[in-house]
Amino acid sequence: MSTVGLTVTHAKYNLIETARIPIALISSLAFPALALLFFVVPQSIVASNALYATQAVVSLSVFAVMSNSLFGFGLTVAENREKPWDPYLRTLPAPGVARVLGQVFSTGALGIAAILPVIVLGALFTAASASLLHVLAGLLALIIGSLPFMFIGLCIGYSMPSKAAIAVVQVVMFALAFIGGLFLPPLLFAPWLDAISRFTPSRQARELVIWAVQGGTLEPWVWIGVLAWTLLTFALALLLFRRDEGVRFR
Amino acid sequence: MIMTLASLLDVTRRFGEAPALDHVTLDIEPGTLVGLLGPNGAGKSTLLSLVAGLRRPTSGTVTLFGGDPRDHRNRRALGVTPQESALPPTLRVGEVIDYVGAHFDQRMPTAELAAEFGLGDLLRKQTGALSGGQRRRLSVALAFVRRPRLVLLDEPTTGLDVDGRRALWDAVRRQHEAGATLVLTSHHLEEIEALAERVIVLASGRIIADDTLESVVGRVGVSQVRLRSAESDRIASLPGVTHAERNDDGSVTFSARDADELVVALVHAGVPFTDLAIRGATLEEAFLSLTDGPILERAS
Repeated sequence: MSTVGLTVTHAKYNLIETARIPIALISSLAFPALALLFFVVPQSIVASNALYATQAVVSLSVFAVMSNSLFGFGLTVAENREKPWDPYLRTLPAPGVARVLGQVFSTGALGIAAILPVIVLGALFTAASASLLHVLAGLLALIIGSLPFMFIGLCIGYSMPSKAAIAVVQVVMFALAFIGGLFLPPLLFAPWLDAISRFTPSRQARELVIWAVQGGTLEPWVWIGVLAWTLLTFALALLLFRRDEGVRFR
Repeated sequence: MIMTLASLLDVTRRFGEAPALDHVTLDIEPGTLVGLLGPNGAGKSTLLSLVAGLRRPTSGTVTLFGGDPRDHRNRRALGVTPQESALPPTLRVGEVIDYVGAHFDQRMPTAELAAEFGLGDLLRKQTGALSGGQRRRLSVALAFVRRPRLVLLDEPTTGLDVDGRRALWDAVRRQHEAGATLVLTSHHLEEIEALAERVIVLASGRIIADDTLESVVGRVGVSQVRLRSAESDRIASLPGVTHAERNDDGSVTFSARDADELVVALVHAGVPFTDLAIRGATLEEAFLSLTDGPILERAS
């Protein structure tokens, strides 16, 4: 079978496996939507201002995709490396890229599922608005901006056991979310925090998507940052993937 | 010249300091049924994982169908069994077979494979709901989704009852007769005795025997003499007796280099005995003597 066909096969069975444990889906689908309901909708200053509300919806969408990527890759890869099923799959005649892309597509599908409730709730209960074209442009920007999260997740997954990965994923996720301005808008940041924030992939992803949805100018630090993080984390993930032979115990 | 299916050339694999495999050289020829024996930690699983492309040797060369087993294209005619506990519990039996089968061009139809391994009624069940024996049969079946040329079976019948084991042996033999070459590891020496034509014994990462089943067993040269006697202590002190062991039914089993000499010595010494029975060594005894294990203390 072709690599494309095998990729689809792996993505399909990854999704079936995940979908058969619904609680795993609910937590990643519900959390960003709940955050919007509890932290954005009740604040009328943000919720009733189209600019701010749209930015808040974008921020939480970035958060949804980021947490989905970090968990979906970091934790899943770390867990799979400890399970004997993964080494078995590695003995099948499939190129490694088919297994990795299968994971990318199944996690990506869940990521899109995670931002749908955020967008719908944002449209219904806040003043956030964007044309369909801008929403689609935002989705594309979101996919590009989330590449570093995927690779960070892979690096975590390939470098540590799952119990460590859970902790590291959570720390990385909340640190990137706060410093990247996904929970509190960077407008409220002190200048020094704002300066640090601009170096994080979460802030860069947020600005990239806001630019795609709302227009305006794209600052060079945004796209240079996204590109740099993508290349750097990709190289590291590739290195760790090549080196991987499953979890070793000493 | 017959094409070698898999070969290891001076292969060493280390985990940290200790070598799991230590300069192993080995060829697997087509059509054979190879039994791989060794105590825990001897390097059996490491050897199989190298052939399956899961690990890289620290030094030396591993070849599968003439190429590097780490290249997926060279694994197209390889059948491997996952550990029974490996099956994803939420997937159904039919889905697992389809998942694995999707990797091969000419695969056996799911229903046919399931029937062959006695899984026909279970296709709609999630693997987590299967019994240990059913999971084991499914694991082994997966190695045969695509009429493979070489199959690696790591402990295929662990945890099966006698009937289940024999049913699986029959399935494995049918596959072998259909043309598959098999490499089998097992804790059940009985299993190797029943199936294997060639036996490779590993100890501490080295091959200490590699020969036909008969030769490996014959190499030990220990026979068992079993009898009843009121003076078994006297018999134990006769020359040529290496070990004595009392059985549950009151008879005694003596191990001797030469059973004939022992019987002659018995008669000369005038020791009274009844129910004399003599048999050659089993693979188990051969294995223990080769690996310097303790002489088996077993009452049976």
